[in-house]
Amino acid sequence: MPDTQIKNITINFGPQHPAAHGVLRLVLEMDGEIVERADPHIGFLHRGTEKLIEHKSYLQALPYFDRLDYVAPMSQEHAFALAVEKLLGIEAPIRGQYIRVLFAEISRILNHLLNITTFAIDVGAMTPLLWAFEEREKLMEFYERVSGARLHAAYIRPGGVHQDLPDGLVEDIYAFMEQFPKVLGDIETLLNENRIFKQRTVDIGIVTAEDALDWGFTGPMLRASGVPWDLRKAQPYDVYAQMDFDIPIGKTNDCYARYLVRVEEMRQSLRIMKQALDQMPKGPVKVDNRKISEPPRAEMKQSMEALIHHFKLYTEGYHVPKGEIYTAVEAPKGEFGVYLISDDSNKPYRCKIRAPSYFALQASEFMGKGHMLADMVAIVGAMDIVFGEIDR
Amino acid sequence: MQTQATIAQYVADTVPKFLERVEITKHAIILWTDHARLLNLMLFLRDDASCAFKQLVELTSIDYPEEMNRFEMVYHLLSLRFNMRLVVKLKTTENQNVPSVTSLFRCANWMERETWDMFGIKFEGHPDLRRLLTDYGFEGHPLRKDFPLTGFVEMRYDDTEKRVVYEPVSLRQDFRVFDFESPWEGMAHNVLKNVLPGDEKATYDLPLKKESA
Repeated sequence: MPDTQIKNITINFGPQHPAAHGVLRLVLEMDGEIVERADPHIGFLHRGTEKLIEHKSYLQALPYFDRLDYVAPMSQEHAFALAVEKLLGIEAPIRGQYIRVLFAEISRILNHLLNITTFAIDVGAMTPLLWAFEEREKLMEFYERVSGARLHAAYIRPGGVHQDLPDGLVEDIYAFMEQFPKVLGDIETLLNENRIFKQRTVDIGIVTAEDALDWGFTGPMLRASGVPWDLRKAQPYDVYAQMDFDIPIGKTNDCYARYLVRVEEMRQSLRIMKQALDQMPKGPVKVDNRKISEPPRAEMKQSMEALIHHFKLYTEGYHVPKGEIYTAVEAPKGEFGVYLISDDSNKPYRCKIRAPSYFALQASEFMGKGHMLADMVAIVGAMDIVFGEIDR
Repeated sequence: MQTQATIAQYVADTVPKFLERVEITKHAIILWTDHARLLNLMLFLRDDASCAFKQLVELTSIDYPEEMNRFEMVYHLLSLRFNMRLVVKLKTTENQNVPSVTSLFRCANWMERETWDMFGIKFEGHPDLRRLLTDYGFEGHPLRKDFPLTGFVEMRYDDTEKRVVYEPVSLRQDFRVFDFESPWEGMAHNVLKNVLPGDEKATYDLPLKKESA
């Protein structure tokens, strides 16, 4: 009997592949259809954000944060704004904080809608994506109405938010919250008990709580492994301490649990949005300090002082006292952190960005080993990765 | 109730031999250590029941080119049990290998690869120290302060050669660095330390003027 040679096949998954969620190149070493080794190659979307920020004033650095996780832009701005505020020793006014929380939760729904439905399309369900994008469109319209931009808002700034909510927006957000649970219910009826969806996700990519911590998982990835950890509760920032909401956790540690956790988080986000709108007081939305936030347009027409301040703020910008700080927020994907080092000048000395999905993707070898090739798609889909923040 | 200060005190009392010093800043508590003792300290912080820093949140480096030991390694740890963060730091140079913490925290793998890629710091005991974010075949370490913002090479697709070619960067327009620093009362907190361009105008000695007149 002749000797048979068994050779592992190496498959290149991506960088251009619809299920790679962007520009992931996954080099898979296969034994038949079993994944032996997965080696993700990242960096195809590397733009040198951290280096660029070192050459920009603090306000100019802010829009780069929109471009990290472009699925939920305001959550990143929130982290940077909080970091700069802590270094400057200021705090946003209460109304500004409520608006931030409101939009952070809108961002969370934006993110989860995209993630669970693209995950569904990865494993074969088309319709939820179409429904979710209709809702995302409405939410991006709210973005547009406060900031003028559907995605790259640059709205949450150090010292508060850029402008107050325009007339009629609050009513429209209430109207959205009325009809959204029905859409969410419809999506759930298509997926929760869907036989194909469950066959593709249940018991796939199991990560125990201990492994999840070791791999640096945060956010829904960690909670789906049964760890009740949420920075909004554990280390509250802005007015999250006043909000009443629950933290869903998964029981089965698999891709299906990750999906369920995200769906429930959207319901909780609606609760937070409702409380934020109900409790929102009147008042200023950004700090009343002319050295940090610009004067109103009307005042600039009359006052020389105001004109000078406007000019100086948008050219030189404010100087931040020497110090270093790590600030983290619970972004939709997990703990998004900004490690900011200032040196008395108007530019950050160093700004390290901690992206939550970087850590999830890193574990893909660990999660995928021994699974089928098709399961790799489900695992990557349930991770909720966005290359803007992984590659930075 | 555990606070950052009590944990730092506890670490300083229990394992003083692993520490160089404890620095308390406005926003964080920093444990300084060195190459030889880093792994012992991290293992203690992870496994001691009163610390339980099970998660390595962030690992990075900062470049201070004017200093003798130009790189500062920074490790951010998170303890879920006590809801606490802690920073571990050490100073290193480009020729010194830093012990890898991948054996203690598996998530350090990519962060150390990124630090090697961006700063050129080598990690001893890392299983697979390749570049992570930059292009295949990239040279240099972009986040060092002496690396220019524009980089050294640019790439384009060459239609005659039918492949991507790399060329030295040529800028159509000068690289502009605007210096906006000028006296503005908002910066009063450091005005005494730093004399900014233009300040001399404000403190012009009046009697001199009379003499010349």
